[in-house]
Amino acid sequence: MNGTSTRRWGLTSLAIVVIASAVAACGSSGSASSGSSASSGAAAKGTYTVWDPYPQFDAGSAWAKLLDGCGTQAGVTVKRTAFDTTDLTTRTLLAAQQGNSPDVLIVDNPVVSTLADAGVLTTTEDNKVDTSQVAPNLLAAGQSGGKTYGTPIGANTLALYYNKSVLKAAGVDPASVKDWASLTAALAKVKAAGKKGITFSAIGTEEGSFQFLPWFWGSGAQLTDLSSAQAVSAVTLWHDWLGNGYAPNSVINNTQTTSWQEFATGQYAFAENGTWQLANAKKAGFDYGILPIPAAGGGTAAAPTGGEFVTVPVQGDKGRYATSDKLVSCLTSAQNLLATDTTLSYVAPTRTVQDQQVSADAGLAVWVQAVGAAKGRTSDNLGTRYPKISEQLWGAVQAALTGSKSPKDALDAAQAAAGR
Amino acid sequence: MDDTARMAQALPAETGRGTVAAPVPVASGAAERRRRRRAQQWTAWGFLAPVVLYLAAFYAYPLYRNLDLSLRDYTVRSFVQGDAPFTGVQNYADVLHDPTFWPALAHTVIFTAVSLLSQYSIGLALAVFFTQHFPLSATLRALFLVPWLLPLIVSASTWSWMLNSESGIVNAALRGVGLGGVNWLTSPTWSLVAVIVANIWIGVPFNLVVLYSGLQAVPDSLHEAAALDGAGAWQRFWRITFPLLRPVSAITLLLGLVYTLKVFDIIWIMTKGGPSDSSTTFATWSYRLGFGNLLPRFGPGAAVGNLLVLIALVFGLIHIRVQRKQYAS
Repeated sequence: MNGTSTRRWGLTSLAIVVIASAVAACGSSGSASSGSSASSGAAAKGTYTVWDPYPQFDAGSAWAKLLDGCGTQAGVTVKRTAFDTTDLTTRTLLAAQQGNSPDVLIVDNPVVSTLADAGVLTTTEDNKVDTSQVAPNLLAAGQSGGKTYGTPIGANTLALYYNKSVLKAAGVDPASVKDWASLTAALAKVKAAGKKGITFSAIGTEEGSFQFLPWFWGSGAQLTDLSSAQAVSAVTLWHDWLGNGYAPNSVINNTQTTSWQEFATGQYAFAENGTWQLANAKKAGFDYGILPIPAAGGGTAAAPTGGEFVTVPVQGDKGRYATSDKLVSCLTSAQNLLATDTTLSYVAPTRTVQDQQVSADAGLAVWVQAVGAAKGRTSDNLGTRYPKISEQLWGAVQAALTGSKSPKDALDAAQAAAGR
Repeated sequence: MDDTARMAQALPAETGRGTVAAPVPVASGAAERRRRRRAQQWTAWGFLAPVVLYLAAFYAYPLYRNLDLSLRDYTVRSFVQGDAPFTGVQNYADVLHDPTFWPALAHTVIFTAVSLLSQYSIGLALAVFFTQHFPLSATLRALFLVPWLLPLIVSASTWSWMLNSESGIVNAALRGVGLGGVNWLTSPTWSLVAVIVANIWIGVPFNLVVLYSGLQAVPDSLHEAAALDGAGAWQRFWRITFPLLRPVSAITLLLGLVYTLKVFDIIWIMTKGGPSDSSTTFATWSYRLGFGNLLPRFGPGAAVGNLLVLIALVFGLIHIRVQRKQYAS
């Protein structure tokens, strides 16, 4: 019995090996066939694929129609697929691995340098996309090693929303908030008047770093040195706000959405949030205003830029770039940018279109100012070093806010880990 | 895996016996017999093929890929190009020396042990309670199943609202009775407690259902006989119910262990493993390494995932061993 069962085991495992290799063979032939179908599509001069992170727009939306229109102009059919933004990076990496990247990819700006590092994206030298009109501080997020990997479709950033009636009841003039000291003084008055001070998001994800960066940069700190005295002062600012009850303890677990929900209760004087909440602010049911985030010693702090880049992924058939360039140019032409950025609630990346936006809606002026001072997270040639630094930064902020470490110790540990 | 392996052994064995039993004409000789046996074996394999194929494609290959991922130095570039260098156990060494490793292991053990014991004892207490038939007992029992029926994202989000430091109902209640509020999700001392409490709530129904059906198999006559001999309720439980429930308890605890080890959604939705890693378990850590950052680190992420699989496997083997001993005795 034992002898036969060993033999059968041998057979079973052999069968598994045979089948597994057959499956693997299927897999490789599958990707080969999809590759050939893509090139046959090129021969027919037919279909160009576009991936974007805007699943909220369906086939009947203005955005989808714009893509179709640009395709018609370039003489091709555009096949659009929308992904959830967190899903898009993984999908793109997998597609690149199998050699069937989309022709045009619209992707969140801090991911651009990661994809560029993976060799997935072409440079503007290769794909001939024109970036001369784009504001340099916005374009920097898509640059790495002296090369540019795409062009921004629009930008958003962070500012301070404030509740006019809460400030009025506390006797605070919003115009008096010019630096950290005056902001903290305003928060103290609000607390004394029985309302809550400020809400933001300090969650242990990229969102937490995104929200902390305006204060970090506003202190004069640099991402290359997390343990500088300026960085400690920024973490101490948040730490003391929590300690004094100016900010709720829940910020440690707040996403930007839950933070907004707190502000929407009408109990809070200030909220740090983004351009994308404008539509919700109008629905909040109270009078609100917007301030740029102040730097430590006055002036506008650099906030991180959000928003997507239009990129052209590497293709086996280089002949496709010319048409892809036509599609990108069409999408980022002044007239189309205005329409797209209005639907997305973004600030345009070029001066001319920004002016048009402000003349159409004067309320956008403060956002244009904030975007003008904003900075890409992967800028300063940080590129793929940013994700590692960011992870340590949000960890340090959380450690300091929960009181498990002092701001100085938390940042020292973060710098040591990020430098490794 | 184990069942199918047994099947693979059983099927050809049966066809083999069939051949021997079949009346063999003398004239056809040995060659004919061998041919028929081979044909039958091929048929057996034909029947086996779908399940083997399924196992290979959906179990063996992903496991192999995960092992392969954990043994190579993957960057985003080498992931795309497919030329990640083989680095042996380097990822495992990195993971082992990571400052997150020991806290994550401790949290995984505490989370699993406390969840499992509480779920089991509460589940058993409720199961015994519901064996006494009383009015509305069926309705109440059905109500206890609610946590099981809700999608995890709903229950986890609800827990995280209830435990919110500022506006949560739990803190409102605590303040109402004159106690101070607790920062359930935002203090390093309480976050693990908060996710364990939520997980116990979610796991009780499973234990209740399995143990309740186990209790149905304990004959009433035994209880009656013991009662006649003067055994109290407490003695009847510990001397009769509990020992007779042992096989059911063992499988409940083993399944619970596997479910609890891999719990990810509850923790991720409630605390993201934070603040400062204070509720990070191997499951959330593995996810964070692989997907929680702009720059994925597939290698170490896969390594942590494999450690988790290994732990579950060890306990599975222990279970099989114990079961075999029970059958033998």
